[in-house]
Amino acid sequence: MTVLALDNVSKSFGPVEVLHGVDLALEPGEVHALIGENGAGKSTIMKILGGFLDPTLGQVLLDGQPVRLTSGPEAEARGIVVIHQEFNLAPDLTVAANVFLGREIGGWRLDHAAMHEATAALLARLDTRVDPGALIRDLSVPDRQMVEIAKALSRKARVLIMDEPSAVLTHREVGALYRQIDRLRAEGVAILYCSHRLDEVAHLADRITVLRDGRVVRRAMRGDLSEDGMAAAMVGRELQDFYPPKGQSGDEPALEVRGLTVPGRVRDVSFTLRRGEVLGIAGLIGSGRTELAEGLVGLRPAGGEICVAGRPVAIRSLRDAFAAGLAYLTEDRKEAGLLLDKGLRENLTLATLERFGGWRIDTRAEDAALEQATREFDIRAPRRDIAAGKLSGGNQQKLLMAKVMLSDPRIILIDEPTRGIDVGTKSQIYAFIRKLAAEGRSLIVISSEMTEVIGLADRVLVMREGRLAGELSGSEMTEDRIVRLAMGVTGEAA
Amino acid sequence: MKIDLHTLGPLVALIALVILGAALNSSFLAPANITNVLARSAFIGLIAVGMTFVITAGGLDLSVGSMAAFLAGVAIIAMNAALPGLGSNWGTILLGMAVAVLGGIVAGYLNGALITKARIEPFIVTLGTMGIFRSLVTWLADGGTLSLDYGLRTLYRPVYYGGIGWITWPIIAFAMVAVLGEWIMRHSRFGRHVEAIGSNDRVARYSAIDVNRVRLLTYVLLGALVGIAVVLYVPRLGSASGSTGVLWELEAIAAVIIGGTALKGGRGRVWGTVVGVLILSLIDNILNLADLVSPYLNGAIQGVIIVLAVVLQREKRAAEER
Repeated sequence: MTVLALDNVSKSFGPVEVLHGVDLALEPGEVHALIGENGAGKSTIMKILGGFLDPTLGQVLLDGQPVRLTSGPEAEARGIVVIHQEFNLAPDLTVAANVFLGREIGGWRLDHAAMHEATAALLARLDTRVDPGALIRDLSVPDRQMVEIAKALSRKARVLIMDEPSAVLTHREVGALYRQIDRLRAEGVAILYCSHRLDEVAHLADRITVLRDGRVVRRAMRGDLSEDGMAAAMVGRELQDFYPPKGQSGDEPALEVRGLTVPGRVRDVSFTLRRGEVLGIAGLIGSGRTELAEGLVGLRPAGGEICVAGRPVAIRSLRDAFAAGLAYLTEDRKEAGLLLDKGLRENLTLATLERFGGWRIDTRAEDAALEQATREFDIRAPRRDIAAGKLSGGNQQKLLMAKVMLSDPRIILIDEPTRGIDVGTKSQIYAFIRKLAAEGRSLIVISSEMTEVIGLADRVLVMREGRLAGELSGSEMTEDRIVRLAMGVTGEAA
Repeated sequence: MKIDLHTLGPLVALIALVILGAALNSSFLAPANITNVLARSAFIGLIAVGMTFVITAGGLDLSVGSMAAFLAGVAIIAMNAALPGLGSNWGTILLGMAVAVLGGIVAGYLNGALITKARIEPFIVTLGTMGIFRSLVTWLADGGTLSLDYGLRTLYRPVYYGGIGWITWPIIAFAMVAVLGEWIMRHSRFGRHVEAIGSNDRVARYSAIDVNRVRLLTYVLLGALVGIAVVLYVPRLGSASGSTGVLWELEAIAAVIIGGTALKGGRGRVWGTVVGVLILSLIDNILNLADLVSPYLNGAIQGVIIVLAVVLQREKRAAEER
């Protein structure tokens, strides 16, 4: 018996139709994966199901009856809960206060004890050791996600819509998430699961719906569609050479790091990066990968020796790093990479403004640079003056790459190059990275996606608890070996 | 270039006020009245231009009114003290001017340093220094009034009342600072960095911008402009007291907001601030000239305008998101 369904739903924004007659049925006790490239219409579907948008044509059926969900809270009251990629939690309130936000127990005086107890029970059901009295701001990202799920459960969710829940999680935490999903499935909850990670879709989903350009292009049951098949259905063509061929890195060292230490985060890390090499850095979130990169480029206080092209350099600020030919692409595109409310031009030149005119900023030179960057990095924007925040994730990432490349760095550190980016753009970004290496630049790629590290890098460094746990190259670069090093498991048996 | 009604809103309001003023009282457009209105706006105007930079960078400065009173007091004391040595001449007055401007720079640096180096909220720092400056000037004046020597006052007077034709020096100073301020905000690296920091200071830091230095500079710039305002204010009355410059900070902030600068930072409009300043002083002037509404309601009408300006800006943002 279907809980929630879309019946021939179309949605238009102004004259543009973004969904064309979509049918979708969510069954209790089933995980239904919705996949598609960015812009395929996944978020529109989620918004319609969650009551945030009205369909233009067609209807939403709840228990077989047409309903009109006019707001998120109304959908929640009917048991449809959306867990957004950006969590909806108040950081300064406790876990219990968040779980019962808007539906507090008690009359004039809140019944703190009852809410605390109920929250503890919910968290115990999820097998999570989070204190109901803890503040959200003190929790790790995966713990916050568990709180979101507990909140959904407390609303007696019959339908749970999850938008890329694993994007913020490490390998191990994803395991915990899978167990929670299995548990919810066993309890009869219908789950709509949106993800870019095809391996997890293959692992989790009972049913898969593939969207392309606002249409359902493929429906399949568990096991009927391989990961390659999913990717091909999403982009509408066979994805040949998803990863570009690896190049030939030179012998001369571009960057030598000796005993780099970031207090409290990274201890005594030494490595050498060669000219034209793509060096991967793997490890769990919290293993110090990002802190290592930020220490290297002067964004965090760090000790140790750094040699660029054989010469020792002192890097105390990002300015120093630029001067030494280093550049860093942050993993946090939206909060540290781009000014979301500013235009493309302002974003592109922000880090290298001194190259554009003296006292007066030369906007013509800026426009020329933007022209070149949009061509070189294939940045697709409807208008030049559009705010960067309105671009898709993939185009934002390309803009960020273009911004960093304006300083013409010899050594480029890229943190999570493809987080939250669709398959087509991913392979484009991989090609850019390889092209930069072929030009004789050296790259360090930090990634939580193991297939990405293996497919892209010439060599992989694995970090664990702030130290280098090992180095892998060539045929040693397997998911298994990386996981073992990252988790500190030494035995050969799985 | 497309015309944005919301952006031009303050300008339209200003023009409407001018037409209203002219219709209500024939002496409104007389050169003497216009000179008077513009010259009085100059003090708040100079400060508001500096405030635009501080607010655009995501900061706030509540201390400027007290700072102006304090600087005026110190400049008067300095000039009176230098009188026996230097004599009643322009040298003494230039010394007083230097004291006011340099004092403003030091005071602005103090605010900025507490905010960027000691990492205290701008609201709290400048609430503190607001009280300190106000109390210091009251103490210096011993609860009364600090008066400039009569001879010096006569010599200094033309700096407020004189000028080129009917355009007096305060108007010239305000116009120059406004043009320069608009240019800096629009076309210089400093202006671009100020907007970037107010928009998202983490992005600015990750773009190799020295965020603390730029923030500090906005407060120093504001302090210097307060000093210049004092230089032009002292010859008007030739005195300073504990009630000098009261509520100037709120008028300056109001002008910035009416002009379309976002209070949360990231988007600065110096020309908008100038329009905001003129709107506020025109309302005052019209109420005084026409006896339609009691001048005692001036504050209420200004309050309505401030709220209205913000509501109109919000509608613009909502329209953009659709």
